Amino acid sequence: MDIFLQQMVNGLTLGAVYAVVALGYTMVYGIIQLINFAHGEVVMIGAMVAFTVINLLAAGGLPPLAVVLVGTACAIPVCMLVSYTVERLAYRPLRRAPRLAPLITAIGASIILQHLAMLVWSRNVLAFPQIIPLKTFSFLGATVTGVQLAILGICAAIMCGLAGLVYRTRLGRSMRATAQNPQVAGLMGVDINRVIAATFVIGAGLAAVAGVMVGTYYGVAQYTMGSILGLKAFAAAVLGGIGNVPGAMVGGLLLGVVEALGAGYIGDITDLCRYGPLARAVGERCADGGHFVLFGSNYQDVFAFVVLILVLVFRPSGLLGERVGDRA
Amino acid sequence: MSLLEVKGLEVHYGGIRAVKGIDLRVEGGELVCLIGANGAGKSSTLKAICGLVSRSGSVSYAGMDTAGTPVHELPRKGLVMVPEGRGIFPQLTVAENLAMGAYARNDASINEDIGRQYDMFPRLKERRAQTAGTLSGGEQQMLAMGRALMARPKLLLLDEPSMGLAPMLVAKIFEIVRDIARQGVTILLVEQNAKLALEIASRGYVMESGAVTLADEARKLLAEPKVREAYLGEEAGA
Repeated sequence: MDIFLQQMVNGLTLGAVYAVVALGYTMVYGIIQLINFAHGEVVMIGAMVAFTVINLLAAGGLPPLAVVLVGTACAIPVCMLVSYTVERLAYRPLRRAPRLAPLITAIGASIILQHLAMLVWSRNVLAFPQIIPLKTFSFLGATVTGVQLAILGICAAIMCGLAGLVYRTRLGRSMRATAQNPQVAGLMGVDINRVIAATFVIGAGLAAVAGVMVGTYYGVAQYTMGSILGLKAFAAAVLGGIGNVPGAMVGGLLLGVVEALGAGYIGDITDLCRYGPLARAVGERCADGGHFVLFGSNYQDVFAFVVLILVLVFRPSGLLGERVGDRA
Repeated sequence: MSLLEVKGLEVHYGGIRAVKGIDLRVEGGELVCLIGANGAGKSSTLKAICGLVSRSGSVSYAGMDTAGTPVHELPRKGLVMVPEGRGIFPQLTVAENLAMGAYARNDASINEDIGRQYDMFPRLKERRAQTAGTLSGGEQQMLAMGRALMARPKLLLLDEPSMGLAPMLVAKIFEIVRDIARQGVTILLVEQNAKLALEIASRGYVMESGAVTLADEARKLLAEPKVREAYLGEEAGA
């Protein structure tokens, strides 16, 4: 039970970050039906910029919280600029091209960003300075760290804020209108190029915050970190129903939990020594409480993609995907 | 000076000439209809006026050549189009659709105008919190018109408002179009239903395979044998 609760806490933390990244995928997909594969790299750039700033300021004697905040405040505009530039140069010229063309361009943009980051920040794994004091809280037998609480709180705030933006503001309304019918949105006076650019920029802001959170949570950053994180967040967006904002939130949280529980239990479940006949077959490895584990927690990354495959096979529209009744 | 003046308008889709150099004008306060068979180039003409398809020839609106004016600037100048197939936003609520109509406006009386649309279309008021995709075809057409009026248009371009509607609703929609015209909005109406369109319009143009073949006062067109034969379903000489 302790393990279960502990993995739930870990899973929700991770899932909240996936959700924030998944929002960037889903908003862009919703508005121009493009899977922006460069989005994961934007998260990475956010982590890298924050790393640089935090590293510079760490010795300066500022309070740790202020250092992280300054790091984030620098990461956000850089990510927004990067994402805006990619949209303007790589995607906008292909707006009317067959859908495969921008998709391949997105993969290309992702590779370019990754290698530019490698040139700037080297191939090395960069360790964030440990400036945030490790504070832990006990909650029903599970341990929750201060960073985890902060991540959960920030992600919750971001998701509420974004839902408010999308469903309550004029910009959000014009984003949804553009997603549903760009030509008519234009006839109503919406400058759809600006709305699309705004969507990219907002997603990039979220990605920057996610990058800082991932960096401070794991304490490391590397130029390759964006691809696996991006793919998982993409899986989360598909799980929730790509193009659907609440779906990305639900999908992210769910994927984080599935991943953490899977990683927490897969070792036990695939321990052959637990199964009588199999244990005898394995023989002495099981003697004296030994284990013969087929799959350990290093298989954690598999779960996201298993979920992705299952969703694509059994419910391609995702959990909260397109409600058929809304089709005009 | 005409509110809308179109000269030598041509539209090409690939190698096909859909509109073959037509002239057209709409004076302020008029209700002008553009009739013709399916594929005659009526919708292409409207789209070209708004710059939704690439065109050659000149289109001037309120004395200004609109070449190079981006589509989203037109409603700010009072030129609003209700596209073919209504073009409502299916997953936005009725109220949000109406608010989108006022996107180009920046004044304080938007809510007041939403109230005015509800007075004109009580069904929309009942359904204001529903997503527009759940409305019937007639209600969607009313929403599309109400949304267009939210922009406070000077010139309203209507593309086939009767398309796909039951005959009773068609009559209702034409009544609404006439009411809008009486409120002082200039209208260019594209219709396949030539009889109803000519009955409410002051002038009409007849299009055939991309060219204007007849242009006259609506009541003269209604009496014109060629029109009666081709578009009003009457036998020649009957």
